[in-house]
Amino acid sequence: MSAFIGYLLNGLAVGCAIALIASGLVTIYRVTGVVNFAQGTFAVVAGLCTSSLLGLGVPHGVSEVAAVLVAALAGLLTGLAATGKRDTTPLSSLIVTLGVGVLAYAVEIVLWGDQPRSAPGLAGSVTIAGAHVQTQHLLVIAVTAATFVLLVLFFGRTYLGKALTACASNPFAARVIGIDTRLMGLLAFALGGLLGGIAGVLVTPLRPISFDTDVTLIVNGFAAAVFGALTRPGVALGGALLLGVAETMAAGYGYGSHQLEVALGLMLVVMVVQASRRSTIHQETV
Amino acid sequence: MIDVRDLVVSYGAATALDHVTLSVRRGEMVALLGPNGAGKSTLANTLAGLLTPASGTVRIDGRLALIPEGRQVFPDLSVADNLALGGWRSRQRDPSFVYQLIPQLAELSGRRAGVLSGGEQQMVAFGQALMARPDVLVVDELSLGLAPLLTAKLAEHLVELNRTHSLTVLLIEQNARLAFELCQRAYVLESARVVAEGECAELADDPRVAGAYLGGAIT
Repeated sequence: MSAFIGYLLNGLAVGCAIALIASGLVTIYRVTGVVNFAQGTFAVVAGLCTSSLLGLGVPHGVSEVAAVLVAALAGLLTGLAATGKRDTTPLSSLIVTLGVGVLAYAVEIVLWGDQPRSAPGLAGSVTIAGAHVQTQHLLVIAVTAATFVLLVLFFGRTYLGKALTACASNPFAARVIGIDTRLMGLLAFALGGLLGGIAGVLVTPLRPISFDTDVTLIVNGFAAAVFGALTRPGVALGGALLLGVAETMAAGYGYGSHQLEVALGLMLVVMVVQASRRSTIHQETV
Repeated sequence: MIDVRDLVVSYGAATALDHVTLSVRRGEMVALLGPNGAGKSTLANTLAGLLTPASGTVRIDGRLALIPEGRQVFPDLSVADNLALGGWRSRQRDPSFVYQLIPQLAELSGRRAGVLSGGEQQMVAFGQALMARPDVLVVDELSLGLAPLLTAKLAEHLVELNRTHSLTVLLIEQNARLAFELCQRAYVLESARVVAEGECAELADDPRVAGAYLGGAIT
C-alpha cells in the first residue's frame, strides 16, 4: 500500500511538470492557433540554465528565476520566428516551431555539450502514509498548484488576461476593438516559455536533462493538451496528472522502459475518441 | 467625418471595391445599401483599418468604432468583460454610461455572452462599440436576423446618440426601408462600385433603387 501511495505522489509530481508543459501549449494554441512543438525546448533551456547558474555559484531562487526568464525570452523569440510575419498560417508556424526546436539542439550542444546535466533541488524526503516521498516532488506539486492559481487569476481577473482570452475566443472581434492580436500572440508565446521554463527548473533536480529531453517532454505535454482538445487548460491538467500517475505506476510495477509508450498510447486513444466525438457533433449540427 | 476617395481594395485577383468615393459629414447619418457581395463589409473593414487598400485614400476625423456583421462578441467572457474590452482603445473600462443608455445590458452584465440570444448579442456588440467613445460609428447590418422590435430599439439608440452626441454614423444595411427611415443620405454599392447616391427621399422615389429594395440589380 505504501508503495502505491509513493507511486501516486511521485506520479502526481511528474503529472504536474507535464501539466505545465501542456498549459503552455494550450495558452499558445488558444491565442494563435499554433501547435508549438518547441514547447519542450523551453523546459530544456531553463533546466540547463539552472544547472549552469547553480554551478557558477549563483544562489538558489535567483538561478531558477533567471532560468525561467530565459525560457520566457526563448518563447518570445520562437513566437517572433513563428508568427512575426503577417498572414503566416498556423500550419506554417507549426513547421517553424519544429525548426526552432531542431536549431535549439545545435545551440544547446554548443553551449552545454551533449551530456545530461542535473541540478540540486530540495534535499531530503518525507514519509506520507508509510511512503517515502522526495521533498522535491512535493515542491513540484506545490509550485504547479500555485502557478495554476496565478494563471486562473491572470486570465479571469486581469484586463490583459481577458484580452488574451478575447483573442482566443474571437480574433476578428478582438481586432475590431483594436487589440493587436499579433502582439497578444507573442505574449502567449512568452507565457508558454515561462510555463515551460518552470517545468524545466522543477524537473531538472529529479532527472538529468540533455538537449534531446524535449522529445519526451513534448510528447507527454502534447498528450495532456490533446486531452483538453488543446483549448481547455483545466482538462489538460487532469489529463497530465492521469498521464503522470499512469507512467509512474507503469515504471513502478516493472515497465519502466515503456513510459513513453504509455504516453503515446494514451494520446492515440484520446485523439481517436476526440475525432469521433467531433464528427458526431458535426453531423448533429449540419 | 469620413472621406473616402477612389478606394480600391482587392482580395488577390478579385476586386472588392473599385474606385469607391464616399463621404459622411460630421453628425450626419448616411446609409450604404447594396446586395450581398457588393463590397459593403469590405468597405466597413477597410474603414476600421482591418484591410489595407490597394489604392485610394481613407480619411477619418476622430475615433471610429465598427459594429461588425454577425454579432461579433467574445462568447467565453461575460457581458461586463465584453463591454470593458470594448474600451481597449479609449482606455474607458467603466460601462456605466452604456448601462444608462441600454439598461438591459446592466441586467445581463454577469452572463456569458456565448449563451445570450442573437438580439442580446447584437446589443452587446453595440455597447462594446460605444465603449470606444467613438466620434464615428460604422454599423454593418444592424437588422440582420433580428426581430423587428429589437431592430427598432437599437435604431432608436442610434438616432438618440446621433442627436445628442453628434455621432457620425455610416449605416450599412440590406433593409433599405429602415436605412431610409434613419438616414439623410445614402449610397448604393453594387459589384464593388457606387452606382447611386443622394438624399434618401429622392433615392426612394428612384425606380432604379426600387429594384434594390427587392434585391434586384440597378441598371
